[in-house]
Amino acid sequence: MARNVNFELHDLRAVLESPVDEDGIHDSFHQLIEEQTLDLSADAEAYELSELEEGEGRDNLGYLASPSSRQQHGEMQEERTEPLMDQQWSTATLRVLSSMPSRTIGRSRGAIISNYYNRTMQLRRRRQSRPSIRDFAPSSRPSIRGYGGVETDAGVDDERKWRQLVINLQNLPVSDRVQMLRCMPLSVDEKREIRRAALEYKGRRSSENQRVPCFSQLKICVIIALRHGWYSWLSLLSFLQLWQIALKKVSGRFGTGVLSYFVFLKTLLLFNFFLSIVTGFFLVLPQAIYPALSYALKFQGLELLTGGGYFTSTVMYYGYYTNSTLKKDCIWQQAISQHSNQTACHSLYYNMPLAYFFTIGFAFFITGIILVYTMSKSFGQSFRIDKSQGVLAMKVFASWDFKVSKKSSIKMQCENISTQIKELLSELALQQNTMGLLQKFGKSCVHLLAWTMCVGSTLACVLAVFYFSDYMHMDQKSRARVNDTANPLVKEAGLLALPVVVSTINLLLPGFFNAVAWMEEYNSPSTSNYVSIFRNLMLKVSVLGVLCYHWLGRIAHDPTSLGLQCWESFVGQELYRFLLMDFIFTMLDTFFGEFLWRLFSQKALKRKRKPVFDIARHVLELIYGQTLAWLGVLFIPVLPIVQIIKLLCMFYMKKASLMMNCQAPRKPWRACQMTTIFITLLCFPSFLGASVFVTYTMWTIKPSESCGPFRGLNSMFQSGKRWVEELEKGNPNLGWLVWAHTYLVENPFFLFVGAGIFLIVIYFHTQVLDGQRKIISLLQEQIKNEGEDKKFLITKLQFIHEQKRPLSSHRIRGASEGSSSY
Amino acid sequence: MGGAASQLPKEMVSEYQELTFLTKQEILLAHKRFSELQDRDSLSSRVPMEKILTMPELKSNPFRRRICHVFSTSEPNDGSLTFEDFLDLLSAFSDSATLEIKSHYAFRIFDFDDDGTLDAGDLEKLVNCLTGDTDETRLNPEEMRQLIKNILEESDIDKDGTVNLSEFQHVISRSPDFVSSFKIVL
Repeated sequence: MARNVNFELHDLRAVLESPVDEDGIHDSFHQLIEEQTLDLSADAEAYELSELEEGEGRDNLGYLASPSSRQQHGEMQEERTEPLMDQQWSTATLRVLSSMPSRTIGRSRGAIISNYYNRTMQLRRRRQSRPSIRDFAPSSRPSIRGYGGVETDAGVDDERKWRQLVINLQNLPVSDRVQMLRCMPLSVDEKREIRRAALEYKGRRSSENQRVPCFSQLKICVIIALRHGWYSWLSLLSFLQLWQIALKKVSGRFGTGVLSYFVFLKTLLLFNFFLSIVTGFFLVLPQAIYPALSYALKFQGLELLTGGGYFTSTVMYYGYYTNSTLKKDCIWQQAISQHSNQTACHSLYYNMPLAYFFTIGFAFFITGIILVYTMSKSFGQSFRIDKSQGVLAMKVFASWDFKVSKKSSIKMQCENISTQIKELLSELALQQNTMGLLQKFGKSCVHLLAWTMCVGSTLACVLAVFYFSDYMHMDQKSRARVNDTANPLVKEAGLLALPVVVSTINLLLPGFFNAVAWMEEYNSPSTSNYVSIFRNLMLKVSVLGVLCYHWLGRIAHDPTSLGLQCWESFVGQELYRFLLMDFIFTMLDTFFGEFLWRLFSQKALKRKRKPVFDIARHVLELIYGQTLAWLGVLFIPVLPIVQIIKLLCMFYMKKASLMMNCQAPRKPWRACQMTTIFITLLCFPSFLGASVFVTYTMWTIKPSESCGPFRGLNSMFQSGKRWVEELEKGNPNLGWLVWAHTYLVENPFFLFVGAGIFLIVIYFHTQVLDGQRKIISLLQEQIKNEGEDKKFLITKLQFIHEQKRPLSSHRIRGASEGSSSY
Repeated sequence: MGGAASQLPKEMVSEYQELTFLTKQEILLAHKRFSELQDRDSLSSRVPMEKILTMPELKSNPFRRRICHVFSTSEPNDGSLTFEDFLDLLSAFSDSATLEIKSHYAFRIFDFDDDGTLDAGDLEKLVNCLTGDTDETRLNPEEMRQLIKNILEESDIDKDGTVNLSEFQHVISRSPDFVSSFKIVL
C-alpha cells in the first residue's frame, strides 16, 4: 500500500526552505533545520553518519515500529485516538508539522497578512466594489498552492500579498478600513506602514482626478469635520467617566465579580439621573417658578426622616402641584373651568395636569426602552449556544482575571482557581459513580425541608406585615375619628414603625436563608447562587406586593376615614420613609455586619479570613431600593434626586467597607451571566411591577378632591383623554388620534394579535438555534475525520523518510521489522 | 519615541487612534506612563523588560514575562518594548478590543515554547502559573495528568494532541467572561 504514495524528496526540500519569515520560529527547531539542510545536501556517508548521531539520534526505532502494533491494539480495544506528538518523529517530519498552516496561522506575519487579504476581499465583494477575478483566492486559509509543487520564492509571494492587501484596503469605505486595520493582530509599526501605503495610493489616485466638483469637496470637508467632532465627543465622554480610579482599585483587589456590583450601582445612578432631569425640568421647575399658595409650616428636624411636616407644602409632593394652566404674567386661577378660558395674555402657557401625566408616562416609557435594550444586549453577550462541554478547558483558558493587580489578591486568585480545578476534577471522577437511591432520597428530603423552611418564613413575614399594616391603619382611623390633637410630628414618627419592620425583615431573613442553604448541597455553585437569589426575590416581591395592596387597596380606597386631605401625598411620604429606612438599615448593616464582624472574627475567633462580600444580596438590595424609587415617582417627582443622593452615599460607604473589611468571594462568579440576570431582574419584577402599579393608579383610582393636579377628575388618565377630545373639537383633522387610541390601545384584540406574532417569531428563532447546534456537532465530526487524515499522512511521510535514509546495519534490521509488521 | 517631557503630536495621536482600540485619553495616559518608565540618559526608545515589570499592573501577574515577550518586536527577543509595542499591549487588553484579537494574543501568551500550538508541556506550565507556587495550591502529578487529559479531550477537536489557535478560539468563544477578564486598564 505504501508503493502508491510517492513523496519526492526534492519537493520536501522546497517545503523545508520556504518559510522565510519564520526565522524566529522556535529555538528548539532552528538548530534542527540547519542540521537537516546539511544532512540532505551532503553526499558523504561518513559525514551523514556522524550528523545522524547528533541530530537524528532522536529517532527511536522501537517507537517507529510501534504505530502498527498500536494500531492492532487499537482495533482490539475501544477507539482511543493517539495524539500526534506522543511518537518520536524525525526532524524532517517535525519541521513539516511545525510549518502546517494550522500551527502557523496565528504566528507568522505572512499567514496573518494572507488571512486578512482574504477577509478584505470578502468584504469588498460584500460591499460590491468589484475586484478583478485575478484577485480571488479560494479559501480563507493560506493556500496550499504555495507549498510543494510550485517553486515560488516565498519572499516575493509575501510582497505580492502585501501589495494586494493594501489595494483591497484602499477600496474599502473608511470605517471598514479602520476597523479592519484595528483588528489585525500585527504590531503597530507594521499596521502603520500598511495604512500609510493605503492612504498614499489613495492620495496619488485622487491627485490624478484634479477636477473634483465643488460639491463633493464640500461634502468631504463636512465629513471630516463631523468625524473630528465625533472623536472629540467620545474623548469628552470618556473623560467624564465617573469613579474610574475607584473602580480600578476595586477590580485590582477583588476582581471582576465584585466590580460588577459597583458597575450596576453606576447604571442605576444613570437611570435615576435621567429620570430626575425629566421630572425636574418638566414638573418641578415650572411649579417652583409659579409657587402655589399654601400654608407654610415651620421646618423641624424630624421632617428629613418622616418626609412630612414642612415638606408637604413644598414642591416635593404631588399635593402641591396645581391643576390649572400656568400662565405667564397673569394671576392664575384655581377653578377648573379656567382651562379653556381665553384671557387677555396669550403668552407662554403650561398645562400642569397634562404635563404631569405625559411627563410620568414619557419617563417610564423611555426608561422601559433603555432597560429592554440593555437587557437584550447583555443577554446577547452572555448567551452561548452550547455551553455544556468543556468546563475544565474553559476554566483553565478563560478564568484568569488580568485586572487583579495586588499581590495578595493574586495569591488568593491562584488559591481559588486551584480549589475550583481540584473540585471540578473530583466531580468528574465522582460522576462515574452514580449515587445510590437512598442517598438521592436523603438529598431531596433535605432540599424539601430547606424549601419548606424558606417559604414558610417568607409567608410568616408577609402575614406579619399584612396584619401590622392593618393594625396601623385601624389605629390611624380611630385617631382620626377621635380627632387627636397631639403633636402631628409625633404622630408621623409613629408612622415610621412600618418601614422599620419591613427593613428589619429585609435584613434578617436573607441571613436566615443563607444559614438554611449551608445544610444543603448542590451540584454546582451556580445553582446555589440561583436558588438564593430566587428566595430573596420571592421575599421582596411578596413584601412589596402586600405594601402596594395596603396603599392602593386600603388607603386610596377610603382616604377620608383616615382624615387625609391628600392620600397621594401620604402615600408619597410612606415611600420616602421606606427609602430612607432602607438606606439607614443598609448603613447599620455595613457597620455592624461587616466592620464589627470582622473585628470579632479576627480578634475573638482568631480567624484569618475576612467576611466575604455577598454580591447577590447587595445587588438585590439595590434593585429593591430602585423599585421603591420607581413606585414613588408618581407621588414624589423629587424622589429620583433623593435616590441619587442615596446611591452616591452608598457607593462611598460600600467601597470603604469593602476595602477595610471584606474579601472576594471564594466560589467562582460568572460575572457576565450574573450581570444579565440582574439586569433582567431589574427589568422584569422591578420595573414591570412599578409600571403596573403606576398604570393601575392612573387608570382606575380616583384622585383626591382637594389637592394635586388631577383634582376633580375621575381618574388621572381622564386629563389626557379630555385634552385629546378638545384637540379634536378644535382641529377635526386630528380625529384619527382618537380613533387610533380607541381601537389600538383600548381594544384588547390588537394586543392579542401583537403578542401572538411575537411568540411565533420567538419560536422560529429557537428552531434556528437548534439547527445551529446540530451543524456545530456535524462540523466537529468532520474536523475529527480530517485529523485522522492528517495523522495518516504524517505517519506515511515519516515511514517514507525512514525508508529513504542511508542504510546501516541496525537500520536494515529495524526497517525489515517495521515493514514486516505492516 | 518620546524624550523626557515631550508631547505626542496630534497627528500621531489620531493615527494611533485609528490603528488601535484605545481612545485619545488612554493614548495620552499611556504616553505619560511610558515616559516615566524610560531612562532619561539612554538613547534608545526601548524600555527593558525589567523596567516594564515594575509597573503595578504587571508586577505580580504570573504571565508578565510572557506578555512582554509576545508584544516585543526586538530582534533577539528580550522582552523590551517600544512605545508602539506598549500601545499594542494596551490595545489588546483594552475594553473595546474584539474577541478575536484577545483570543489571538491570549493564545500566544499561553504558548510558552512558541511553537504555534499548546501541547502538554505548555498546558502544564499554564496550569502551574494559574495555581501559583505554594505547595497547597499546586496540583500533584496525578491531578495534572488527569487535568491535561481532560483539557485535550474537551478542546482538541482534530485529536492531534495539541490545541491549535482555531481550537483555542473555539473554547474561548464558549466562555462569555473571557472578554471582561482579559483586560488591563492603566
